[in-house]
Amino acid sequence: MCDINRRQQDTEDVFTLDIAPPPGYPGFAPGQFNMLYVPGVGEAAISISGDPQDSYRLLHTIRAVGDVTAQLRNKDGRSHVGVRGPFGKPWPIEAARGRDLVIVAGGIGIAPLRPVLYTVLSDRAAYGNVHLLYGARTPRDILYQDELMQWHRQGEISTTITVDAAKPSWKGDVGVVTRYIGRVRVDPENTVAMICGPEIMMRYTAGELLLKGIPMRQIHVSMERHMKCAAALCGHCQFGPYFVCRDGPVFRYSDVAPLMSTAEF
Amino acid sequence: MKDIADELSEHAFFESLNPGTIELIAGCGVNAVYKPEEMLAREGSSADELFVIRKGRVALLMHSTERGSLQVETLDAGDVLGWSFLVPPYRWPVEARAVQTVHVIRLDGKCLRDKCNADAELGYELMRHFAALIARRLDATRIQLLDLYGQLEQ
Ligand SMILES: Cc1cc2nc3c(=O)[nH]c(=O)nc-3n(C[C@H](O)[C@H](O)[C@H](O)COP(=O)(O)OP(=O)(O)OC[C@H]3O[C@@H](n4cnc5c(N)ncnc54)[C@H](O)[C@@H]3O)c2cc1C
Repeated sequence: MCDINRRQQDTEDVFTLDIAPPPGYPGFAPGQFNMLYVPGVGEAAISISGDPQDSYRLLHTIRAVGDVTAQLRNKDGRSHVGVRGPFGKPWPIEAARGRDLVIVAGGIGIAPLRPVLYTVLSDRAAYGNVHLLYGARTPRDILYQDELMQWHRQGEISTTITVDAAKPSWKGDVGVVTRYIGRVRVDPENTVAMICGPEIMMRYTAGELLLKGIPMRQIHVSMERHMKCAAALCGHCQFGPYFVCRDGPVFRYSDVAPLMSTAEF
Repeated sequence: MKDIADELSEHAFFESLNPGTIELIAGCGVNAVYKPEEMLAREGSSADELFVIRKGRVALLMHSTERGSLQVETLDAGDVLGWSFLVPPYRWPVEARAVQTVHVIRLDGKCLRDKCNADAELGYELMRHFAALIARRLDATRIQLLDLYGQLEQ
């Protein structure tokens, strides 16, 4: 079992656990996830949302939706949690070097993309234009806002945060995130895109990116499927011919587009 | 100095129209500036104008007794506001308010309608542009309706 260093409430229903890595933990790449387990309750796949270069902490940003995540919500700096990982295929950061990068996040989908931002910032000159488009439900649901806006102000990452609805006092953007894709300045042929969010949002986003001229094989999505063993044995996360735990969660859109409109069984 | 036709031809919504068509449309337009918080349109009032946004941000608001005022969309440079001038009963379905100082070309709706009625080619071109715009906004509204980032029903 691993120590929880800290628990932070990010929004009304999302919190971040800062967990001390288990002995011998090999480190992680952006987009990978851990299986967090609560004895007697079960396990859940949770993306690692912190800086890959920080070997002292594993950050996990979590929304309580069921048994395991509800128990994790009650954890604090005195508790422990089981950690298995890291698992999964990461975002293709190497492929983005020397190119423009468009990152599109919806809701808690920003969590597995934040490690990409840390990685880009650690060697900013290696990338071209970097755009982040992030859609949240309301201004109160925006995650990591201070950090994202700081990077935007510093001119490192051009960021648009948009919400689905807001009180009149909000001065930012209102509207779905897909609307903003037309405005980003990139060289389409030479652009890598990474998308994470609800599946419908990813499909529409990919559609807009294709309209912009970004080749399908340069668009990547992170899929979520119910996961149990994380070792490609149990079949819970099967997705067409793939197992999300082993072959994903990050896929080329060109490989999964035909599967994405099919309902999960 | 740029005239209204030049400004329209540089605007994302009109840029693919031919110069003759743009001249015709420009004849219905004037430049206008709105200060922050100033209202461009009141919900329920008659929709006599099309605003072509050149600079600044406009918020679209709806009011309900239960939830108060809510911003449902913002529009920026490159957007147009106010297709209600095209369809009866020519009323604004939302309130439009400047968030920052907004520079627009304000096109007179009746003038545009009259020109479209008199010149079928112009009318068809403009309708094609509006149909594309409305279809995209409808798609966006459908996604918004799904409330994708909300808590799932357990
Ligand atoms: C690669 C990956 C990364 C993820 N990263 C994060 C993250 O960073 N943060 C985060 O909060 N979540 C993340 N998730 C989602 C999280 O793993 C799930 O929500 C998980 O199910 C939560 O476990 P639980 O026990 O709390 O909820 P569960 O009890 O599993 O219930 C969660 C939801 O899943 C439904 N469900 C239950 N069983 C099944 C089943 N067999 N098939 C389909 N649906 C079922 C339930 O009805 C409920 O709506 C990730 C998932 C994947 C696959």
